Amino acid sequence: MSVVAKSAVEKNAPLDVGGLRRMAGRLVSGWSLIRAFTVLVYLFMFLPVAVVVLLAFNANQFGSFPMEGVSVRWFVALWHNDAIVRAFRTSLLLGGLTALLSTTIGVLASLALVRYDFPGKVLITTALVAPILVPEVVLAVALLLFLRWLEMPKSFLLLLLGHVIFTLPFVVLIVQARLVAVRRDYEEAAMSLGANAFQTFREVTLPLIMPAVFAGIIFAFTISFDDITGTLFWKPGGVETVPTQIFAMLRNSISPEINALGTVMVVATVAVPLAGAAIVRRMAAGLR
Amino acid sequence: MGSSDAEAPGARPWILISPALGAVGLLLVVPLCFIAVYSFWLRTATGSEQPGFYLDNWIEVLTDPFYRDILVQTLRIAAVSTLLCILLGYVPAYFIARSTTRHKTVLILLLMLPFWISYIIRTMSWINILGVSGALNAFLLWLGVISEPLQILYNEGTVILGLVHFLLPFMILNIYVSLDGIDANLVEAARSLGATGWQAFVEVTLPLSLPGLAAGSLLCFVLGAGTYVTPMVLGGPRDAMFANLVFEAVITQLDWPLGSALSLALLIVLGAVVMLYTRYAGIGQLARSFR
Repeated sequence: MSVVAKSAVEKNAPLDVGGLRRMAGRLVSGWSLIRAFTVLVYLFMFLPVAVVVLLAFNANQFGSFPMEGVSVRWFVALWHNDAIVRAFRTSLLLGGLTALLSTTIGVLASLALVRYDFPGKVLITTALVAPILVPEVVLAVALLLFLRWLEMPKSFLLLLLGHVIFTLPFVVLIVQARLVAVRRDYEEAAMSLGANAFQTFREVTLPLIMPAVFAGIIFAFTISFDDITGTLFWKPGGVETVPTQIFAMLRNSISPEINALGTVMVVATVAVPLAGAAIVRRMAAGLR
Repeated sequence: MGSSDAEAPGARPWILISPALGAVGLLLVVPLCFIAVYSFWLRTATGSEQPGFYLDNWIEVLTDPFYRDILVQTLRIAAVSTLLCILLGYVPAYFIARSTTRHKTVLILLLMLPFWISYIIRTMSWINILGVSGALNAFLLWLGVISEPLQILYNEGTVILGLVHFLLPFMILNIYVSLDGIDANLVEAARSLGATGWQAFVEVTLPLSLPGLAAGSLLCFVLGAGTYVTPMVLGGPRDAMFANLVFEAVITQLDWPLGSALSLALLIVLGAVVMLYTRYAGIGQLARSFR
């Protein structure tokens, strides 16, 4: 204590007894500066999106400021826009199938990586995580070229395969992390009571890692639903997902309809994971 | 080890992992080999491809000033965006790490939100703000500061802005993970030995948070340098990045050999950055932010 006080005195020569208090005051204000900066950064992250939502309710025909009253006409317009409804259906189907495939493959791989020892494990782990670090464009070109060589035309299947490879690393990382935390004793107990490997997995391991499996599904779905770069390369002519549809609409100019679509997306992509998180938490609580 | 060894795993792990390995092999490794091979082919005047070993594409990619300039521009945009993410992201990460548990949960949940909000929407949201009829211009016109709307959008600055907006959560999260893992006793020990708050930060906290800072920077740089959409939405005609060249070559001009060489060049440059990083930090740090 005395050392701190001394160094403070040495640093700020004209200090008296009130100096310590002032120093404390400065510490507090330092913290409030940090807090103010944090608030600003969070505003920076969210304000533009808030403006999108705000303008979606704009009655003004050009979707610009100043706002001229509140209206839901742009949402109604969305509902009647066939292209957008179709894009939504494509995105949902693609995201759902991607999540299913990617999570299944990812859970199996995580089991192997965490529960067994085998040669080449480090290399394989790196290979499974590698797609994260390969730029999306490169991956997109490579896969597209390969399928072209196989003389397969661009198709929904190509989109699905591409999305699986994008999302697989995330699923593996999430499930692996959870699996490491699940003690092996439970599995061993089940085994010693006569359960075979599959029964043990279904009755013991799977319920224990269910929160991570669920998180993996949501992650994979959201990444797929949100993907644009790879999708632009892979999509067959005439097929649009919601992001590529927005991208195509942006070519003209920004319209209130795009803002309305953005609002729907924000609500969908924020509400779904939040609901998912609530379910996961309940599951985790149920396990305790 | 233990029981799984006693039980003689044999083929089981390989069966479990084969679908994932098959996916990565067929959808990533083999296709990457294909672009490597294709980059040495040649596109003939008729538009067909001439198999062989030609260096023409590579010579074009490496010597044409057009490509070199865009590569430099791409790396510059990614580097500036990463730097800005560090400057903007460190303080919030520190704030989150030092908050009470309850605040921490809320702050981190908020930080995860942008990951869920569509990237294209977050990118285009800036048009609403900076566009000719956007919020900023409307406000300035209303104030009477300007009489004509300003052209703020569609330049390198707005591309960087869009990238920072997109990348910042990655940076904050990575720094936070590092800061949160620091033993609070270390800082207190430094303080009790006479360090001021600032000294303790510079001597103890900052060095210990460098792994997260490095992981966040790597992620931001690689994601930033590979961007295709942001320059299309927020940039002008002269703000193309390398990914735009690739798209142009492959999808528009259907010049697969050149497109292969271009994408491989991007992969090599960014791969070198990743290698440099793993040499010093190890890939494990990147995985930590997922726990």
